[in-house]
Amino acid sequence: MVKKQIIAMLLAGGQGSRLGVLTKKAAKPAVLYGGKYRIIDFSLSNCINSGIDTVGILTQYQPLKLNNHIGIGKPWDMDRMNGGVTILSPYMKEDSGEWYKGTANAISQNIDYVDKMAPKYVIILSGDHIYKMNYSEMLKFHVKSNAEATISVIDVPYEDASRYGIMNTEPDGRIYEFEEKPKKPKSTLASMGVYIFTWEILREYLIRDDQKADSSHDFGKDVIPAMLSDGRRMYAYKFQGYWKDVGTIQAFWESNMDLVKRVPEFNLYDPDWKIYTPNPVKPPHYVAPTGSVKTSVVAEGCMIYGKVRNSVLFPGVYVEKGALIENSIVMSNSHVAEGCVLDHCIIGEDVIVGKGVNIGVGENIPNEDKPGIYNSGITVVGEGARIPEGTVIGKNVMIDMHVLPEDFCSDRIPSGSSIYKGGERE
Amino acid sequence: MTNTMGIILSGWKKPALKDLSYKRSVSAIPFGGKYRAIDFVLSNMVNSGITNVGVLTQYSFRSLMDHLGSGKEWDLDRRYDGLFIFPPSLSDDESGWYRGSADAMYHNLSFLKRSNEEYVIISQGNSIFKMQMGDMLEYHQAVNADITLAYRKMYDYSREDLSSLGIVKLDENNRIIDLQEKPLNPQSDLASIGVYMIRRSLLISLLEECIAHGDYDFVKDIMIKKLDILSIYGYEFKGYWRNISSVRNYYRCSMDMLNPAVREELFVKNGKIYTKVKDEAPAKYNEEAEVRNSIVADGCFIEGVVENSILFRGVTVAKGAVIRNSIIMQGAVIEQDASLNYAILDKNVVLTKGKCLKGEYDYPVVVSKNSVV
Repeated sequence: MVKKQIIAMLLAGGQGSRLGVLTKKAAKPAVLYGGKYRIIDFSLSNCINSGIDTVGILTQYQPLKLNNHIGIGKPWDMDRMNGGVTILSPYMKEDSGEWYKGTANAISQNIDYVDKMAPKYVIILSGDHIYKMNYSEMLKFHVKSNAEATISVIDVPYEDASRYGIMNTEPDGRIYEFEEKPKKPKSTLASMGVYIFTWEILREYLIRDDQKADSSHDFGKDVIPAMLSDGRRMYAYKFQGYWKDVGTIQAFWESNMDLVKRVPEFNLYDPDWKIYTPNPVKPPHYVAPTGSVKTSVVAEGCMIYGKVRNSVLFPGVYVEKGALIENSIVMSNSHVAEGCVLDHCIIGEDVIVGKGVNIGVGENIPNEDKPGIYNSGITVVGEGARIPEGTVIGKNVMIDMHVLPEDFCSDRIPSGSSIYKGGERE
Repeated sequence: MTNTMGIILSGWKKPALKDLSYKRSVSAIPFGGKYRAIDFVLSNMVNSGITNVGVLTQYSFRSLMDHLGSGKEWDLDRRYDGLFIFPPSLSDDESGWYRGSADAMYHNLSFLKRSNEEYVIISQGNSIFKMQMGDMLEYHQAVNADITLAYRKMYDYSREDLSSLGIVKLDENNRIIDLQEKPLNPQSDLASIGVYMIRRSLLISLLEECIAHGDYDFVKDIMIKKLDILSIYGYEFKGYWRNISSVRNYYRCSMDMLNPAVREELFVKNGKIYTKVKDEAPAKYNEEAEVRNSIVADGCFIEGVVENSILFRGVTVAKGAVIRNSIIMQGAVIEQDASLNYAILDKNVVLTKGKCLKGEYDYPVVVSKNSVV
């Protein structure tokens, strides 16, 4: 067996609760993105493009879609004899079983997996971000600095810095202080949640952290501060480029919209850094004589008889004659019927929007039930919903997964309201 | 149909395809925006439950081999059976270049002998159609035929095109009483679609006999010669079917993909069409894009006008470029203000700034692979 220099541990168990109905039945890394992908594809493709062919994927929250998506890792060329992808879900031990209690605990419960691969280094990733990064450059930096831990950082605007974990560094990049969401940040270097550790050292800290009763077993809150206070050699590696945490409805929508710009900041078309995902078996898309598409991204299998502007369409979307879709994201196999006008909305998979439905009209009032989630003017329709003909829907509306026409009590759904399955709130 | 194996005959030269098949087997000709011709028959077999398929190939088979690979896109990378590719090979026992379809099968007799399916379905690799082969097997069994040949009423073919096909004559029980290969004067519009069903043991003995007599062709030397001795029946296929054999019918057949009914039949109903995937990002349209009645594959980048056309994967259409009634294969670049009408651009062609190419409906211009115009 060829010994692995580095393996990746990809944390994919997070719920991403601020994505609302999009993550009701799927972990955040499994959310669809960019007309074809799921969010986890970016980290996984970065791995294989960086020469890392062994990835442990830690799942916990709603793993069905994720497991289905990853399979045996074929799309990423990770169906390997030695290494490849391994899905690591929480499991029963001899006398007890427990969930992953935090990011560090998730790794520590899988020490056996890492030990079996016996790598010199481990890279910890989260499956939550949209970015292209060559991890092998970061590893070079880690080795060259003779570091025990290297944390990838990105320069953020000063006013945003207090939302991140901030690294305060010496001029050579050595970290002397780490502050989680500081009120008065001393630097603007935010942690991207990408860490390289020398495995021997990390292993020791994980075991130690597990024994601390008061620990939250989190890399940012516990393990990294513990290593810093012991004076371990920790370095910040500066990343430059597009990096987005698409953790909120607005950020998710904006990041998708970044792709439709004339020259997108984030390039999906780079032949040297392809993003891989399972390819749908569908014919190329078709634009009819009555159809028109501008400033948009359209995937295979779509049938476009209506107008599409500033939008992202996933595979198999059907847009009927006379429908207009603007500034929206429409996910796989949804059907938009004749005469619909959709603006600023996110339509989940397999949704049927009935004739003449109008979405995104009226005032921008935050959602009454979940103002913290639906507040940026974007209406979100959950997977499998059926919207009855002629319904007029406002802004910041949440339409639950699999709602049926009878769940709608009126054909006017004002801004800020919600439609639940069976008509009842959760 | 676990009791049926498939054989695809892919290798015969088609001079009328000109540059399009100069460096590739006709079965490997790119089609419909992301496919190659062979994907249709191969997917038909897989969708009908056939898991043991041999592809017999002869001319310029590199691109075909590259396309088929281990057969994993068709779910044919199996521990047992799966996909087998048989190019001609030289060895001591007089084998070598295939001299005809029967000869090609005879050279790979060991494949037929070591398989254990009861029936064999033989098909050409250059037909565009969607067929449920299980229905044909049922018919074959019901009429107790030695060989069943699938035929189609070619109401949508011109008389001229008919004479490039095998014309059949049937009796009232659908038994074939006459079969004429490429007749100058077709007597009817019932033509073979090049799909045959036969018991494996019978095929083996017919091939052995044929080669022993110094004959090489399955249709001419076996079927036509034995019309009276064998009971050969016709099975009517009623769907869309085209055989790619000339630039003109390649162009027309490609343009049929713009017809919603044809697309529905081929790509949506009764199973999918599988092909080798390329991991391209979805197509991107910019502000100036004007696309109407066209098929666009992943990885395209469009800033110009595209009408009644088919764009394969990764085609770039710059601002001011106008593409009408054309087929643009993978990776082509149409630069600013260039224009095309009735043209077929093979892979990776670059049409430079302001250039204009124009063919006719009956005579589309073909630009060969990697050319810069």
